[in-house]
Amino acid sequence: MIIVKKAGLLTSIQDLGRRGFQKYGVIVSGAMDRLAHRVANLLVGNEEDLPTIEITLLGPTIEFKQDCLIAICGGDLSATINGKPIGLWRPILVKANSELKFGACKTGCRVYLAVAGGFTVPTVMNSKSTYLRAGIGGYEGRPLRTGDQLSVGKTGELSNRIMNQLSRFFTEDIVEEKWQVNPMRFFEMKRGQAIRVIKGRHFHLFSKESQHTFFQNDYTISNQSDRMGYRLKGKELILSEKEEMISEAVNFGTIQVPADGNPIILLADRQTTGGYPKIGQVASVDLSILAQAKPGDRIRFTEISFEKAQFLYLKRERKIHELKLGIYLKYS
Amino acid sequence: MEYELYPLGEDAVLIELGKEINLETHHWVQMITGLLEDNPPEWMIEYIPAFTTITIFYDPFKIIKAFKSNQLPYTYVCQQINFLFEQFNFDKSTQQRLVEIPVCYGGELGPDLDIVASVNQLTPEEVIQIHTSGDYIVYMIGFAPGFPYIGGMSEKIATPRKESPRLKIPERSVGIAGMQTGIYPIETPGGWQLIGRTPIRLFTPEANPPSLLRAGDKIKFTAISFEEYQALEKRIG
Repeated sequence: MIIVKKAGLLTSIQDLGRRGFQKYGVIVSGAMDRLAHRVANLLVGNEEDLPTIEITLLGPTIEFKQDCLIAICGGDLSATINGKPIGLWRPILVKANSELKFGACKTGCRVYLAVAGGFTVPTVMNSKSTYLRAGIGGYEGRPLRTGDQLSVGKTGELSNRIMNQLSRFFTEDIVEEKWQVNPMRFFEMKRGQAIRVIKGRHFHLFSKESQHTFFQNDYTISNQSDRMGYRLKGKELILSEKEEMISEAVNFGTIQVPADGNPIILLADRQTTGGYPKIGQVASVDLSILAQAKPGDRIRFTEISFEKAQFLYLKRERKIHELKLGIYLKYS
Repeated sequence: MEYELYPLGEDAVLIELGKEINLETHHWVQMITGLLEDNPPEWMIEYIPAFTTITIFYDPFKIIKAFKSNQLPYTYVCQQINFLFEQFNFDKSTQQRLVEIPVCYGGELGPDLDIVASVNQLTPEEVIQIHTSGDYIVYMIGFAPGFPYIGGMSEKIATPRKESPRLKIPERSVGIAGMQTGIYPIETPGGWQLIGRTPIRLFTPEANPPSLLRAGDKIKFTAISFEEYQALEKRIG
């Protein structure tokens, strides 16, 4: 069991989302940074879709009431266990009664805490993700609060093998695996590089000037940004003619432009459908970088073809698949 | 049937069946929904029907692994959709469900009934009579879990939204906004004119399916008294 000693800003249970119910208006939810969530699970021997704790900007304080194999992936929020700084992107064995804390936000803004066996919360509509707005899923349909107690699920064979190997050094209160995953191996981009965007199906409806602006100008992520979407501020984007749009499906990373001309990037808690023109679609491989951007950050877009984006998507999936195999072989 | 295919990100394809909201396009969307429900393609994760489109989500990596094809997963999916549509006999008529929704109009459950009446120079009774006699159809579910976009309301009771939206609209409220009528499945803020409330739950997370309504349903509103409302609400819990 783990106990939430301090809740943090927005700490919630997430997995890879609720699929199959969008036709009923039920949103997907799930981890904002899906890559960090998946890798955190793989590092503790879990299946990729087990629930993790998504931590936002100001981290929680968590006490482990049992020995746990954990991994922390995503942004760097200065995680410590019992006061000692710990590494990200690696398996860590933690003794019972240890305390995990977070401090200053150094890079990114979202962290995923995976524990071997996952967290035991009820499955609602095929998922354990928290759908905050509807109060469904996760831990009682809400963010974690001080005093919440979460039980840890039964660990699988791979998790047990990783734990056995690490426990040979279990004289201290924590054992960190010496190796770590280099998250940069998954990214095809460098820090500060523009976010790659596929032209949306309504791109051509925007004025020539707005089409140009979109790929040239900087945008700032506004304070009215959350898990549902990032509202951007910058030069306004306008349609060349006023059009009445018809609501249709949207996706993770869809960029739509409401009448005020300020684009919105739709994220994990997006509605299932939207009625604004779609100027673009963020390439999947860049969604993790976007999910780690915070209000006030400036971003820029650059065009990528759909074909190239889907090719990169497959390349990324192969790398994750290789990581999964690598971990399996390392501990077999 | 004419349609166009567009990618919606690397894991979805949007099928556009028309450019305006009408019954014919809706009918095509419904037939394809039926096709996908009855014969879900292996590569499909889920689909979202809307007014003029239906979007299918898929797993590109699974497609590559399963079919060992060298082409882009999107190309593969488009071919499969074209093939499915060629094979399918679209003549058969789709089955439409008729869902009856009892509504207690006016009073504290429908505080804006008088506004709707006065805007349209009708009596509240006439508004109820018009609202309950419409042939309604659910074009799509969206905006909120279980929220139906309903077509078919009479222009005679069309009413603009409230100038300042309410911060909380109670769940199961029945309202009018412009030419649309709708029902709020969950409590949300909103600017609709509230004319009544139904005791029936539109969204039940534990149920399968969780939504009372689905795209393609026909709806009939019936007027019930406050006592009937209370009795039904109590029974449903």
